[in-house]
Amino acid sequence: MEKAIETMSSSGTTGKAEQKKEFQARTGNEAMAEAMRQINPDVCAAYPITPATEIVQIFANFVNDGLVKTEFITVESEHSAMSACIGSASSGARTMTATSSQGLALMYEMLYIAAGYRLPIVLAEVNRALSSPINIHCDHSDTMGGRDSGWIQLFSENAQEAYDNLIQAVRIAEHPDVLLPAWASTDGFIISHGMENIEIYPDEAVRQFIGEYKPAFTLLDNRKPFTLGAADLQDFYFEHRRAAYEGMRAAKKVILEIGREFGNKFGTTYGFFEGVHLEDAEVVMVALGSTAGTARVAIENLRERGIKAGLLKLRVFRPFPAEELVKALAHVPAIAVMDRSDSFNAQAGPLATEIKSALYDAGQHPKLINYIYGLGGRDIHFKELEQILEQTLQAGEPKDLNSRVVYWGVRE
Amino acid sequence: MQNLKQMSSQNKVGLAGGHRACAGCGFPQIIKMIYGQSPAPVVTTCATGCMEIATTIYPFTAWRGNFIHSAFENSAATISGIETAYQALKKQGRLPAEQEMNFVAIGGDGGTYDIGLQALSGAMERRHNILYICYNNEAYMNTGVQRSSATPQGGHTTTSPAGKVIPGKIQFPKDLTAIIAAHDVVYAGQASVGFHIDLMRKADQIFGKVGPKFLNVYTPCRLGWGSDPAQTMEIARLAVETCLWPIYEVVEGRWKLTRKIKEKKPITDFYKTQNRFRHLLKPENETLVKQIQEEVDRRWHDLLQRCGEGA
Repeated sequence: MEKAIETMSSSGTTGKAEQKKEFQARTGNEAMAEAMRQINPDVCAAYPITPATEIVQIFANFVNDGLVKTEFITVESEHSAMSACIGSASSGARTMTATSSQGLALMYEMLYIAAGYRLPIVLAEVNRALSSPINIHCDHSDTMGGRDSGWIQLFSENAQEAYDNLIQAVRIAEHPDVLLPAWASTDGFIISHGMENIEIYPDEAVRQFIGEYKPAFTLLDNRKPFTLGAADLQDFYFEHRRAAYEGMRAAKKVILEIGREFGNKFGTTYGFFEGVHLEDAEVVMVALGSTAGTARVAIENLRERGIKAGLLKLRVFRPFPAEELVKALAHVPAIAVMDRSDSFNAQAGPLATEIKSALYDAGQHPKLINYIYGLGGRDIHFKELEQILEQTLQAGEPKDLNSRVVYWGVRE
Repeated sequence: MQNLKQMSSQNKVGLAGGHRACAGCGFPQIIKMIYGQSPAPVVTTCATGCMEIATTIYPFTAWRGNFIHSAFENSAATISGIETAYQALKKQGRLPAEQEMNFVAIGGDGGTYDIGLQALSGAMERRHNILYICYNNEAYMNTGVQRSSATPQGGHTTTSPAGKVIPGKIQFPKDLTAIIAAHDVVYAGQASVGFHIDLMRKADQIFGKVGPKFLNVYTPCRLGWGSDPAQTMEIARLAVETCLWPIYEVVEGRWKLTRKIKEKKPITDFYKTQNRFRHLLKPENETLVKQIQEEVDRRWHDLLQRCGEGA
């Protein structure tokens, strides 16, 4: 258990908590824009899309009011946004963007290229359902669509985590052992437009934490010209993909190191996931994003009624912390995995598919029920999460697809 | 302007020998003529296509300067990012103050007229200090000769075949240069690889200008056109002399013909040099050829008017 706990997030573990803190009321979008102002990238290329528009809108004010040194490219599409980011990052500039849903989908081709070129671009992503039918509200279809693109993926439970994750994403992406692009995501409207009281760290402290960007290569150096993006055939492509895989594997260690360093400086230590009442839990909910916040209430309510429920809130989806996660769940007999998107593999949602795969390798076979919920922003209430946990606890071992995957709250 | 002798003595720009372009392909000449005029090092982005494939098969590269290829439709967007990074880092003093660079994006007609049009329009509208070169061989050659919106009317390609009912491509090509000129760029022009002095003079002028610049350079593709590789330059000149590909420039809004055609040759002279037009020379397509000739004449007349050469 000790090792598993190290991989978990925890707050207030350092003396920093005693220092004077500055709290401000911010929406998730404002928090991410604020992080971008403090990160102060060299270049930002972005395109508007609900519900992420505000991030770049606020950032455009920072640019035009001279609060950042950033050159802002108001591109004509998200595809061009990511393409311009690739050009910029290849030229040794710290580069950021923001998007959501269809915008991320339009970037899809370029996401893979950014990762393949090992460019530490950082993206503020706001989770929103994908068309069709068109829907502007939260689910994780967009971000899950990019899960195999080679990007680091961090989920946020609230505006504070969105702010903290975006700052850490820069360090993770730029780490010489990683050199992969990274995004931090919030849940559309639920976090992006919800006002919260969050701690904003001093500009100077963030600047110090981020450090100076030392690019691995740049197209702007004439002394040693190079070619990036050569046609890569049967003889080398495989090795280059393998190198990206090594970066993703190395990211696991780096994410924990940076999470600890962040904790030492700002007060909250970040790991792969956070556990609530995991120690003696008989049923655990695994959730991503804002639903974890709702689940905290459900867990406490069930505990009051004598039901040993727990929560595992996953923060890092890529790289997937398979070994650490199953270790943390080793003693848990029943698990409810919450997927706010479906992979349409007719087997399980993306999170459940990952967890089942990890459990198999660990030789663990708990009762696991996958709940597909909240698609297109359909609300999920803590009472429903209580029902889900109780139902998972009481259910027999699932025997068929219908008992393994439950479309929760859908009108059949 | 650097002449050919000067260019060959300072063999440090553009492409090195040993690239894999076909014999008779025009693009290596285009790069040579244009890059030879750049007073500063060039950073190049290139759309997916023949040029990118033939010059960069890993672990080799023929590019003497910094080069990036990322995808098909985004050469203009990628160069936007590079040029902006340059401006940002220069402003912050993170690049040597004396460092000058030119930023060139390249695409074939498919990557420029069709799939890359949006990114190109965006980059021109945002007024990046870049040059976009379209090497226009009138079809998707890298994927095996498919029709693009630059393919001439009646032209045979694998997706506009000369069939029993439909004789090749139905539409006249899109006038992309005029579309880009309408973006009020500092320079938009058409050139042909067959008139290399004209091409070099245009490049020289372009590198002296700050802002968005566009050059549409016509070049035969011996495989796609079914032409004799030894005739590449002659065919490229014939396109100009038949007024199928007039060469001109629009400098800060002023249109100027850079090669006046006193005795326009019939388009069939051009058709005769290539297999892609073979079917048009058959008697059953006489009417179609007459219609195309009329359209070429009409467009030529309009261009003369625009250039103040009104007949």
